[in-house]
Amino acid sequence: MNINVTLLGQMITFSLLVYFTMKKVWPPIMQAMQERQKRIADGLAAAERGAHEQELAAERAALTISEAKQQAAEVINQAQKRAGEIIEEAKAQAREEGQRQLSAAQAEIGQETTRAREQLRGEVSALALAGAEKVLGREIDAKAHGELLKSLAAEL
Amino acid sequence: MATGTEGTGASPTEYIVHHLTNLTSGEGFFTVHWDTMFFSLALGLVFYMIFRRAAAAATAGVPGNLQNFAEIMVEFVDTQVKDCFHGRNELIAPLALTIFCWVFLWNLMDLVPVDLLPMVASWFGIHYLRVVPSTDLNSTLALSLSVFGLIIFYSIKVKGPAGYAKEFLFHPFKTDNLLAQALLVPVNLILAFVETIAKPISLALRLFGNLYAGELIFILIALLPWWLQFTLGWPWAVFHILVITLQAFIFMVLTIVYLSMAHEDLDH
Repeated sequence: MNINVTLLGQMITFSLLVYFTMKKVWPPIMQAMQERQKRIADGLAAAERGAHEQELAAERAALTISEAKQQAAEVINQAQKRAGEIIEEAKAQAREEGQRQLSAAQAEIGQETTRAREQLRGEVSALALAGAEKVLGREIDAKAHGELLKSLAAEL
Repeated sequence: MATGTEGTGASPTEYIVHHLTNLTSGEGFFTVHWDTMFFSLALGLVFYMIFRRAAAAATAGVPGNLQNFAEIMVEFVDTQVKDCFHGRNELIAPLALTIFCWVFLWNLMDLVPVDLLPMVASWFGIHYLRVVPSTDLNSTLALSLSVFGLIIFYSIKVKGPAGYAKEFLFHPFKTDNLLAQALLVPVNLILAFVETIAKPISLALRLFGNLYAGELIFILIALLPWWLQFTLGWPWAVFHILVITLQAFIFMVLTIVYLSMAHEDLDH
C-alpha cells in the first residue's frame, strides 16, 4: 500500500472533527441530559415531599377535628352546667321572693290584727262604759273612772 | 454491494484493479488520494452537521427525535468510556464518539453498490474513484496514529517522562536482583516497544483489512452474471451491516482502552 500525504490530510480532518465535537457537540448534549436528569430527580423528590406533606396535613386535620369535637363537648358541658346553675339561682330567688312576700303578708296581717284589736278595744271600752252607765243608772264621771276604764281596755 | 460489469468491456483483472485505484494527484509521498479525502471529509461533515444540529437545539425538556438519537449515541459512548476509564478527561468521550460515528459512516459507504458512485463520477470525467475511506490505509493509519500520539501524550503527562521510560525498562519483567534486572531490561525494552507499536498498527490494519476484504468481495460478486449476484450479494451485504458496525465499535473501544491504559500507572 502506498502511504502518502493523504495520511496527514486525514489526520487534520480527524483532529478538526474531534475538536469541534469536543467543543460544540458533546457539552450541550451532555448538559441537556444532566439537566434533565436533575429535573427528573427534583420532580421525584418534590412528589415525595408533596405526598409527605399531604400525610402531615391529613394528620393535622384529624387532630384539629378531634380538638374541635373536644371543645364542642366542653362548651355543651359548660352550657348545661350554666343552665343548671341558672335554674338553681332562679329557684333560690323564687323561694326568697316567696318568703319575702309571705313575711310581708304576715306583717300586714299582724298590723291589721293589731289595728282591729285597738279598734275593738276602743269600741269595747265605749260599750262597757255605756253598759255600765245603764247598769248604774247614773252618770259615771268619765273622768273619775277613766283611769279604770283605760286599764281595763288595756287588759282586753 | 454488487452491480454488473456488463458494458464495461474490461477483463476481470482490469475491473478489479480499476476499482482499487484511487483518484490521485502528485508524486511519491506527496500523492493525494482525492477520493479518500473528499468522502471522509464529506462524511465527517454529515456526522458533524447532524450532531451539531442536535446539540444546538438541545433542551433539558422534552427532546425531539434528532436529540433523542444524538443522546442515545452520546450516552452509549459515555457508558463505554465510563466502563473503562475512571479519570477525568474531557477529550476521550468526544474522541470516541467521533471515531465511532466517522468510522461507521466510512464503512457504510461499503454498502453503496460498488459501481454506482464510480459510474456517476465517470459522467463528470472522473475515471477512478474509491468511495470507502476505510479501505484506504492512509485513513485508518491517520486515525490510529492520532490515537497513538494521544497515548504517548497522556502517558507522559500522567506518569511523567521518567515514569513512562520506567514502564519501558521494567515491564513486564521486574525483579529485585540487580544483575537479573540488568539482563531483563533489554528484553523488557523490546517487549514494550513491540507492545507500543502494535497498538496503532493493529488498530489501523484491523479496520483496513476487514473493510478492504469486504470491498474486494463485493467487487468479486459484481463479476458474477447479474441474475446470480443477489444470491451472494444480499447475504454478504446483510453480514456486512454487522461487520461495519462492529469494526467501528472495536476501533472506538480499543481507543478508549488504550487511552485509559495510558492514564494508569502500572506500578500500582
